[in-house]
Amino acid sequence: MAKKSGRSSNRAAPSSSYNFGGSWSASEIELARRHARRARNKKSALIAALSSFLVLGTLGLVLVTSPGWETLRNTFFKWAYGFEILPKILLGFTTNATLTVIAGTSVALIGLAIALLRTSRSPALTPFRILATVYVDVFRGIPMLLVILLVGFGIPALQIKGLTNNVLVLGTLAVIITYSAYVAEVIRSGILTVHPSQRAAARSLGLSNFQTLRHVVLPQALKRVTPPLLNDLVALIKDTGLVSILGVTDAVRAAQIQTAKTFNYTPYVMAAIIFLLVTIPLTRWTDRMLRNSYERENAVGQA
Amino acid sequence: MSQAVLQLEKVRKSFGSEVVLEDISFKVLEHKATVFIGASGSGKSTLLRCINLLDQIDDGQILLDGQDISAANVNPDEVRKKLGMVFQSFNLFPHMTVLENVILAPTKVQKVAKEKAIDEALELLDKFGLREKADQYPDRLSGGQQQRVAIIRSLARHPRLLLLDEITSALDPVLVNEVLSTVRDLKSEGMTMVLATHEMGFAKQVADELCYLHQGRILEWGDPSKVLQSPKKKETKEFLRRLHQAGRL
Repeated sequence: MAKKSGRSSNRAAPSSSYNFGGSWSASEIELARRHARRARNKKSALIAALSSFLVLGTLGLVLVTSPGWETLRNTFFKWAYGFEILPKILLGFTTNATLTVIAGTSVALIGLAIALLRTSRSPALTPFRILATVYVDVFRGIPMLLVILLVGFGIPALQIKGLTNNVLVLGTLAVIITYSAYVAEVIRSGILTVHPSQRAAARSLGLSNFQTLRHVVLPQALKRVTPPLLNDLVALIKDTGLVSILGVTDAVRAAQIQTAKTFNYTPYVMAAIIFLLVTIPLTRWTDRMLRNSYERENAVGQA
Repeated sequence: MSQAVLQLEKVRKSFGSEVVLEDISFKVLEHKATVFIGASGSGKSTLLRCINLLDQIDDGQILLDGQDISAANVNPDEVRKKLGMVFQSFNLFPHMTVLENVILAPTKVQKVAKEKAIDEALELLDKFGLREKADQYPDRLSGGQQQRVAIIRSLARHPRLLLLDEITSALDPVLVNEVLSTVRDLKSEGMTMVLATHEMGFAKQVADELCYLHQGRILEWGDPSKVLQSPKKKETKEFLRRLHQAGRL
């Protein structure tokens, strides 16, 4: 109900007739003001349309009339060929998707655990706190490609019995190691933004340290860091492709194999489109979720 | 005479080299209210935070129903179950509805069944005229309503003693009245309270004992009208004179 009222007040156009008790109708001054606002809005819309047309039109024209346009179109945008090899790239993309789901879940859990460790004050956890700090410092600072190479080629080289030599597993492990460090820092910053008074209030109610964290601090912290966490998720989806260096066939690698056969680059474009088809809806969906929760919890007109 | 609900003995608290509370001794009997007045920075909030074990005292003793709650082996969570605290800035949980705020501690700490906790919470909200706000989020409420919800939230746990820390300082005069009448109701129902406030008129109405806190010490104490009308110490006189000048007396 509250949400509805928030929405409708946003939507109320200046032209709609307000009616409080029926005795009021807009004065001359107000009517003139609305008229002027409408005229101004029309003018802004016109200017926006015109400038967009000019800028985008010019760019398009420059592109299409350039001397190499035909060649470019044939090498990068040969759609018939693109759709022909699409199944192969999609098959590669299942690797990215699986990797994202597995790594994403593990990263969320490990990152959260590290963030909690780093923000805890319990003396018993001191050694773990130090380890967590060192871990974050190290793996946030090393390029992921190096971690992938170290784990992917280093662990098999140890020749320890029982340890896997499966490059897909090792690659995923490397991704998890690196991203957990990033995500831990994002979550930790979220925890630090929850005001100490919230903690004081929860403790005053008799909630234990853990209950305070679980019911009061984390829900607020995680909501605040959802946008940056989503940013990391999108980056993760793309970075899963880096494991192809170990010989795993992901979407990018599949595209590369195809281009090597025909010297046509359309497969790369197809791969790019597949990534976009996943990441853009994901971003929009999260934005909407956050907006809904904001509208629910915050007073109207305080934005 | 019955045993004191709360008793402080020579309590001292410092932050580093700065002594915030010194030689604080007083007792609060059952159904009585002790009100602390004093300038900002005189130690009122710290005193309440120490009683609630949010801050650790440096010396002295705090007894709750005769039990030494300042002892090293005391579990603060257990002590806080008997205390209710309301803050100047409300400190409601913004991600929970009014009802969820109120039932959080009863369900998670006291382990009351959820249905029962909801029934009790709605009853309390109804009593203080906030029933229809139960499913709203705190940000949609006025300051006065938020503070009343905060009071109800601490009442839902049936505290032995209620600590109220300048609960009207963030409110405009109309909302102040709305919150203060809630506190007067509690007082008439026999709730034992310790308050810190800047509202002298209210202090006079609700206090059984008034203490003037000056630079961390209780300089003057006793019957509220006596302390307010014929203060003995020159610091108290000066404080009351300044309040008068500001039109707050």
